Amino acid sequence: MSRIKLTIIDQMQRIAREHEKTLAPLNDDLVLLESGLDSLGFAILVARLEDTLGIDPFTTAEDATFPVTFGDFVKVYENGARRANAA
Amino acid sequence: MVPAAPTLRDYVESSAAERFLWDRTASIRVTHLRHGTALGGRRSALAGRSVIIATSSQLAAALALIELDGVARCLTVLPPDTSAEHIGELVARAEADAVVVDEATPANSVFDLLERVVCAPAMVLADEVALPRMQTEWLLLTSGTSGVPKLVAHTHASLVAPIAAAKPSDVTPVWATFYDIRRYGGLQIFLRAIVGGTSLVLSSAGEPIADHLSQLAQHGVTHLTGTPSHWRRALMSPEIHKITPRYARLSGEIADQALLDSLRAMFPEAGVGHAFASTEAGVAFEVNDGLAGFPASFVAEVRNGVEMKIVDGALRIRSPRTASRYVGDNQPKLFDAEGFVDTGDMVDLKDDRYAFAGRKGGIINVGGQKVHPEEIEAVINRHPRVRMSLVRPRKNPVTGAVVIADVVLQGEGVRTSAEAEVSDAILAHCRAALPRHKVPAAIKFVPSLDVAATGKLARRHG
Repeated sequence: MSRIKLTIIDQMQRIAREHEKTLAPLNDDLVLLESGLDSLGFAILVARLEDTLGIDPFTTAEDATFPVTFGDFVKVYENGARRANAA
Repeated sequence: MVPAAPTLRDYVESSAAERFLWDRTASIRVTHLRHGTALGGRRSALAGRSVIIATSSQLAAALALIELDGVARCLTVLPPDTSAEHIGELVARAEADAVVVDEATPANSVFDLLERVVCAPAMVLADEVALPRMQTEWLLLTSGTSGVPKLVAHTHASLVAPIAAAKPSDVTPVWATFYDIRRYGGLQIFLRAIVGGTSLVLSSAGEPIADHLSQLAQHGVTHLTGTPSHWRRALMSPEIHKITPRYARLSGEIADQALLDSLRAMFPEAGVGHAFASTEAGVAFEVNDGLAGFPASFVAEVRNGVEMKIVDGALRIRSPRTASRYVGDNQPKLFDAEGFVDTGDMVDLKDDRYAFAGRKGGIINVGGQKVHPEEIEAVINRHPRVRMSLVRPRKNPVTGAVVIADVVLQGEGVRTSAEAEVSDAILAHCRAALPRHKVPAAIKFVPSLDVAATGKLARRHG
């Protein structure tokens, strides 16, 4: 499992705890909206990941569509980190 | 005597086409309102009165509004999230003497003092008493204020003025909105459907977005509207692929280019546009060229009766669609000396196009809910470890913006290793005192904050 994926899981668990929500098991196929976090929860997740990982792939990517599944979400960050390293 | 303006019931009675109001629980044939009533035969008890619409369901509110436009003296439309403790003050400002509820309306002692009429989508035969027609005043609540929302007065004419009759089309239009119809953005769509003679799909309280999108697909929605935050959430749902609207519209928040592009990619056959509208300023303009912001020419010319000017970087609007006043004693003026409404939206001119640059006074829009930085700073500053704080927006792909707090700690600050602990403590303190959307998404510790010559914290727009 990548460091990025571990960081994302850790932050999701923290946010779920703070908002007193229960997280569904984080499989790659899990639809984000069914994970237990709502829109505000994901908004916070993106903000915290920008602080911990140093990237916000959504403001830099050309295809800015927000991902639907957990696996896609992780991929956006892994690709974003690759682009940031290459730059 | 002045000839009476048309009422919503007139549109129902004159409509030839069969159309419906749908929600998850019911399917209402709108033409049944010609002879039926959802008000249990008690419409006449509300004639000439100032009526609060406090139903829990959107569908019940829709039926009550159709039945009471032109019958009640005044209709105050409560959005579902109206705080129970504000209802007394709102009733007083609206001088209300009656309330329409449904079975799920939460009990409120203020309502016990009013004439109470129950609205149920199961209709009964209406009494045939002809009621005197009047020009009903519509009162809508603002969302931007901390404390009791302002009541904004509209007329049937100012609400319906933006509405053009549905263009002839090869498909029967079916409208839907992610907004609640008890807010200005949603009410516009409800009125378009009633005046234009089209069907409308409403959401139900607590309906998950996936279920709602399936409903929209089932009813073949062709025109769909919502805020950028509504749309971003819908794009996160796999069910978005079930719908194929002909027209997707955004309003109520800044529509950024990335989102417009995402919608165009998702619905290649559809028109994607964004509109500028607010409860006070009404619908001002629509932008259909696929680009964020709006052409500078919009400000230079009078378009569809709307005039615009930029004062101190903020957009002001004069049009027949603006509200007429704030209701109640000691309320601020709605218009400047020339009759323009200050929208509070800051704009920047670049390359012949205006871009939206956030809210005047630093108000932050988190997923459609307005946040005053000063309110959050006051809470953070009460924490014993905090010397001062600055709350600012950060752009966000889900809610448009989130709240970030820059915090200066008392004394020597903290070691980096202890930062997470202090940050958690401050956030827990905020969660205990503030609604979720006002709690900072993240805290950054800074050694100092800039103070401007005015002695106030230096705030930047955007």
